[in-house]
Amino acid sequence: MSLTLFEKIWQSHLILSGKSQPDLLYVDRIFLHERTGSFALKSLKDRGLRVKNPKHVFATMDHIVDTFPGRGDETLMPGGKKFIQTMRELANEFGITLFDINDPRHGISHLISAEQGIALPGNIVICPDSHTCTLGALGAIGWGVGSSDCEHALATSSLAGNKPKQMQIIFSGELNEGVNAKDMMLHLMEKYSVSGGAGYAIEFSGDTIDNLPLENRFTLCNMAVEFSAFTGIIAPDQKVFDYLKDRPYSPNKTWTETIDYWKSLHSDENAIFDKVIEIDASQIYPSVSWGLSPEQSIPIDGSIPNLHEISNPDKKEELESSLKYMGLKSGQSLMHLPIDAAFIGSCTNARLDDLRSAAKILKGNKVSGDVLAICTPASATVKRNAEKEGIDQIFKDAGFEWREPGCSLCFYAGGEGFLPEQRVITSTNRNFRGRQGPGVRSHLASPATVAASAIAGKITSSKEVMKK
Amino acid sequence: MNWSESFIAIAAPLLMDNVDTDQIIPSREMKTISKKGLRKGLFANWQYNYLDGKQIGKNDDFILNKKAFEDTKILVSGKNFGCGSSREHAVWALKDFGINVVVAKSFGRIFKNNCARNQLLTIELADEYIDHIGDLLVRGEIHNKITIDLKKQTLTTPENKIINYEVDPYLLGMLLKNQDFIDRSLSYEESIDEFVRKDKKIRPWAYL
Ligand code: SF4
Repeated sequence: MSLTLFEKIWQSHLILSGKSQPDLLYVDRIFLHERTGSFALKSLKDRGLRVKNPKHVFATMDHIVDTFPGRGDETLMPGGKKFIQTMRELANEFGITLFDINDPRHGISHLISAEQGIALPGNIVICPDSHTCTLGALGAIGWGVGSSDCEHALATSSLAGNKPKQMQIIFSGELNEGVNAKDMMLHLMEKYSVSGGAGYAIEFSGDTIDNLPLENRFTLCNMAVEFSAFTGIIAPDQKVFDYLKDRPYSPNKTWTETIDYWKSLHSDENAIFDKVIEIDASQIYPSVSWGLSPEQSIPIDGSIPNLHEISNPDKKEELESSLKYMGLKSGQSLMHLPIDAAFIGSCTNARLDDLRSAAKILKGNKVSGDVLAICTPASATVKRNAEKEGIDQIFKDAGFEWREPGCSLCFYAGGEGFLPEQRVITSTNRNFRGRQGPGVRSHLASPATVAASAIAGKITSSKEVMKK
Repeated sequence: MNWSESFIAIAAPLLMDNVDTDQIIPSREMKTISKKGLRKGLFANWQYNYLDGKQIGKNDDFILNKKAFEDTKILVSGKNFGCGSSREHAVWALKDFGINVVVAKSFGRIFKNNCARNQLLTIELADEYIDHIGDLLVRGEIHNKITIDLKKQTLTTPENKIINYEVDPYLLGMLLKNQDFIDRSLSYEESIDEFVRKDKKIRPWAYL
């Protein structure tokens, strides 16, 4: 029988399947962070249960920790210290490997699980975090779950679930200059809405994907959850194998045999997808979100939809409320809209390539007047490597704050945040109401667009800054 | 919650699409490592008024703050309810408020799973049903009660119209028997170990 890549992995992890119950699947790796992982471990402990295989469980501190230089357990988030210390205590108690604050391997879970060779092609990796889908870029099933399901996986090394429907999204053709995976996802959601992927596991394929650098593939899969998909996945190729070679937890001793297995990880030629979407990559332009959902995005030189062109009254109301919150008018263009802050960070767009693409634009330039500009590399490794290349100096010279790794200003947890009504251009993934602080107006964009806008002090494309 | 008996309760309309878990409970409201007391943070962006980012009292216009909806047990919403972040706090906050059922056009996957693990019932209905029920509910007072019968898988609207829905048979069983899904899987331990023994031969590289 012909299977999709996702189905092959699902099949190879099937412990039990029955008609009247969901499948029970083996879970290869579990990754925890202090925000939700501490809950799961505490709840496990309260029930008197153990972690079935602590060797396959890892933890980090990314959500609550401050990212200021010299940080410790103290955090601006009220009550945050307790989460951090509970995570540490319980990781020790259960014998789980913890990448603690200031550990050289520390960083955002979805990145360091790849960096350390913990998540591998053909794996099922779970984490109590919705962006676990990021790991699909390696050819793994990255499965985001809640605390209870996480507890289940910790106690049993398994997870129950119904196999999602299969969707293939084919990108073909060459990407335009300055277009990044972030733009690809904003484009996808603008066209197919944020619920377009609901109920589906999505395989990204096509020549655009084949040619896409691995770091961009992470961004693509990262945002599959914004499209409401179960997860996103890409067939692993030589780029993935090269990336994983000699990583600390990679199967280096059995490398050749392992590669043979990994090479079988692709959809069969006749595999049946329940839905196929085809996208012409040449039609994708640098994009920016204007509203309160990633689907409310437009090409950077486009304009916000006109209210009177929308007939559905509910859609109209939603639009009006987004516009009101964002302080914008229907039909308005975003180009040259003044900004108060610029943020480069998060599991979506704070890898080395992302920082390089921003540095290219920042080099020799200065952040405009009173724009607050912050960069938080996604991991300590990214930070170190960037510093080796002198990227930190370019950011600092331009007037960016250069922070310690963590989720930082990607989301507001009551600690550090932007201020009400501040307009922020951000390389993150969610522009929800209040996501970066109460009343904050977030515009999602690629790191290059964020860098260009920081210099101009207003929303601007990298093309325009490079011209000067 | 005893799901084997039908019950009638106040239902509140929250009819927009894509109500994400950041709205159900903003991150800043998840202050302690406890599931209790989260109702204070439920829909905090709407529940309170803000000045310069600081809470300044209740927002009287928000549906759950209105007298007629004080005892809401059922929430009715649009497409993709509970999308976004995986935080189970969204479910715990709803439960802490007293909400036992969410009826929507569709749900975010992780949220729906989280509900199932916490004895919160999610019912998916076709758009026209939701639009119709929504129209009745926004009129308030006398029209704000819905009856849920899980055994029969029916919902009775405020004007006594019966609508059928389907709950995943497995979930239905778990709810009716008030079963714990971790205990259930722990009983499969032998099958899991058996799987691992075989799998180690097929995918030795996957084991540390
Ligand atoms: S960077 Fe943002 S989206 Fe990513 S895991 Fe952290 S909080 Fe979530």
